Amino acid sequence: MKYQPVIGLEVHVQLLTDTKIFCGCSTTFGSEPNSQTCPVCLGLPGALPVLNKKVVEFAIRAGLSTNCSITPRSIFARKNYFYPDLPKGYQISQFEDPICQLGWLDITVEGQETKRIGITRIHMEEDAGKLVHGDSDMNDGSGVDLNRACTPLLEVVSEPDLRTSDEAVSYLKQLHQIVTWLGICDGNMEEGSFRCDANVSVMPVGSSTFGTRAEIKNINSFKFVKQAIEYEIERQIDLIEDGGTVVQETRLFDPNSCTTRSMRSKEEAHDYRYFPDPDLVPLVISDQWIERARRELPELPEQRQHRFMTDLGLPAYDAEVLTASRALADYFEACVAAHDNAKAVGNWIMGEITRSLNDSGTSIEACPVTPARLAELLKLIDNGTISGKIAKTVFDEMWKSGKTPQTIVEEQGLVQVSDIGAIESIIDEIMAANAGQVEEYRGGKEKVFGFFVGQVMKASKGKANPSVVNELLLTKLQG
Amino acid sequence: MTIIDMTIHELHAALKGKQISSVEATTALLERITAVEPQVGSFITVTPEQALAAAKAADHRIASGDCQLLTGIPLAIKDIFLTEGIRTTCGSRILENFIPPYSATSWEKLRDCGAVLLGKLNQDEFAMGSSNESSAYGTTRNPWDTTCIPGGSSGGSAASVAARQAVATLGTDTGGSIRQPASHCGCVGLKPTYGRVSRYGVIAYASSLDQVGPLTRDVADCAIMLEAIAGHDPKDSTSVDTPVPNYSASLTQGVKGMKIGLPKEYFIDGLDPDVQKAMDAAIDTYRRLGAEFVEISLPNTDYAVATYYLIATAEASSNLARYDGVRFGHRAEADGLLDMYTKSRSEGFGSEVKRRIMIGTYALSSGYYDAYYVKAQKVRTLIMNDFVKAFADVDVMLTPVAPTPAFKIGEKINDPLQMYLSDIFTIPVNLAGTCAMSLPAGFSAAGLPIGLQLIGKPFGEESILRAGYAFEQATEWHIRKATI
Repeated sequence: MKYQPVIGLEVHVQLLTDTKIFCGCSTTFGSEPNSQTCPVCLGLPGALPVLNKKVVEFAIRAGLSTNCSITPRSIFARKNYFYPDLPKGYQISQFEDPICQLGWLDITVEGQETKRIGITRIHMEEDAGKLVHGDSDMNDGSGVDLNRACTPLLEVVSEPDLRTSDEAVSYLKQLHQIVTWLGICDGNMEEGSFRCDANVSVMPVGSSTFGTRAEIKNINSFKFVKQAIEYEIERQIDLIEDGGTVVQETRLFDPNSCTTRSMRSKEEAHDYRYFPDPDLVPLVISDQWIERARRELPELPEQRQHRFMTDLGLPAYDAEVLTASRALADYFEACVAAHDNAKAVGNWIMGEITRSLNDSGTSIEACPVTPARLAELLKLIDNGTISGKIAKTVFDEMWKSGKTPQTIVEEQGLVQVSDIGAIESIIDEIMAANAGQVEEYRGGKEKVFGFFVGQVMKASKGKANPSVVNELLLTKLQG
Repeated sequence: MTIIDMTIHELHAALKGKQISSVEATTALLERITAVEPQVGSFITVTPEQALAAAKAADHRIASGDCQLLTGIPLAIKDIFLTEGIRTTCGSRILENFIPPYSATSWEKLRDCGAVLLGKLNQDEFAMGSSNESSAYGTTRNPWDTTCIPGGSSGGSAASVAARQAVATLGTDTGGSIRQPASHCGCVGLKPTYGRVSRYGVIAYASSLDQVGPLTRDVADCAIMLEAIAGHDPKDSTSVDTPVPNYSASLTQGVKGMKIGLPKEYFIDGLDPDVQKAMDAAIDTYRRLGAEFVEISLPNTDYAVATYYLIATAEASSNLARYDGVRFGHRAEADGLLDMYTKSRSEGFGSEVKRRIMIGTYALSSGYYDAYYVKAQKVRTLIMNDFVKAFADVDVMLTPVAPTPAFKIGEKINDPLQMYLSDIFTIPVNLAGTCAMSLPAGFSAAGLPIGLQLIGKPFGEESILRAGYAFEQATEWHIRKATI
């Protein structure tokens, strides 16, 4: 029998606010344990939560960017369970009436048509702390670090619309791009700023009833998402083929073995006893607030790609690559603003810039060659001061030294030679020294032409203007 | 007049006139505490050294010309209020050694006025109880008859005022916990409108019902205390940002033409005859003062107690989850995590608290949530609407505070349902979120105080204080002293 997998994703997005969701403590990562805590995030008796408005702003941005409707009156709820990293014995989250509802994202998987993936809801919640085990300072006991407790999260829940691991990855990458683009999440998956749980089930092809699903936790890279889902699909199909049944359970992904293993069954699942948190009043979001947020929304990747294609005439591929991140697209646009040749700018960014960034492990935000400097360099090519080939040498020097392209060209005497007399004398010398090849060419072996171009460029130390060289060589060789 | 019998406004005049110093007043009250505490048991913690230091500081302040109404006044507060550096138990074993790192906003406000803290007052454990018998630190006794309960949960707050151990106190009221003990101990107790006073730093029992309020010797003191603690607190999202009136200024405006509602559901056949007599007399007094009476109806009153015991326990079951032995409070010797949770909570909580955690957990459980918690919330809305409708026709309401005067210690301890019914007239006010005050209105044949409840519109504290003041001026119940 053939099987159809059904996948839904729950993504936790840690928000880039300076302070926590319900208190004024800092959200900085990696500080001394419990140094970023106060009565509220420690869950001390009598302490009360006060909602961070920035979190609401960020949630609205995320909602609008994923085509959700914003709930005019949303409610915070308590999710009750005991765990040492959960100071109050409940997590403040949203249950009924989350802030964003019923959105979608359009995804594309190579070789397939665009597909619309539903987003059930986006809600705000606080994170838990973390447990530290077996430290010698603690006599091999366990410690609780509550620095992370109460940091703001969005949980983005998709509809079970995904059918393959590739679709899941594509959806996830697009969501990742949007939240980083909006500047509401740093997107760091290793540090857990963007983490994913996958609900996976399989059903016979043609069936309309979903199979029993397993929830897979602890998947912290795009690669692992693919591996975990694929393993889980295989496992469930094998289980059914062997006459077994899939049970509803939570499973943990092990990145070392690329397998999933059971964490807790449905019977062991918590009854979270959700109820509205009486310490927080309903969150009322006016139409004006939503409209203001909509106006302040940056141009999103898809819109920007479209504009790059229609206004700047970029090919679809270039437009997509150049909108991989907001910073990259900004860099591109700043450069085009200073040098009106989008195709050339795009080629340089996708070529030299990307290569150098990758080689040195630098982010575009920290690129040592500013858009203005890159534009200056491209101008030097366009006005014939240097050749495209020399420009690459100049670029490497700019990257290393931070000098302007003019300075480098002047200091190293790299100005392109377009003077006909000078180039002619080089050609004459080379033709004299290579009489045999001249004969070959004249005898009809036109391939030798390339040899002469190479020799002339070499003799001019790359500075000869290639188009002048071509023209003169042609005339002289045909002589 | 001896110092310990003075009200806030009397002592303030004496402090301002330099007839008495705060140190003298504080010393007198500390001596009184020492003298009668073995019989009353109002306090869980007495803080004589801090009190005298604060009194000395207050005297300096007064000498420099800064003598606000509460500067130098010795007060005590329920042990539910967090006090930085001073043990705060909430009447529970589980917080026996808990020293808070911060203070409740309401206490901070009093402290900033220069008030002197004498100590922390006894209460039912986590404010769950109507008799102070659920305290892990012994039952407070009624200063009028030490075989009787003082009421609860702010039993220590009421008893200490009645026993002249503190000039005034703070309590909290979730279902009557200020008004019922005030009634039983013959003092004035006010539960403000939900949101009027910050709950920050007050240990939560039922967050949507809890409210902080004063217990005092008379209505004028009550106005002074309320004015000092009321107001919006950015640390409490449920506190309301409306201006705080000058409650003292409007006290003397009288009740002529005031429309007072008598909800028929509160004057039931089973009402204690002494309580009925006191209510009749109070109605006569108000008539003489020029008030008009209107019979009104609050038709959903019968469902209030059941509704309260679902909502309050549901919230409590969640609020008390933080007492897990991990970060603060009692931690049992245990083998593993589950064992630590189970033992710490089993040892730390008393039986009434456990009962309410279990009821609340059940009410919120999957499969029961709609039938219990959601339904209770719907009934709560109906009860609120009853009040809104009734207040369309009247300015305030007059009712008994409790169906009987203070009962005997031990009388209802094994019958939780009977115990719960002692709050039948106070609970609806919390569910409706509005304000109400208890004030002395007579005595039973056995000599126990009987309180009268005035219920106001939301944020209508001025009206009930004014009505209460007029009654007090026309009667002498508040002047009688407990025999202790």
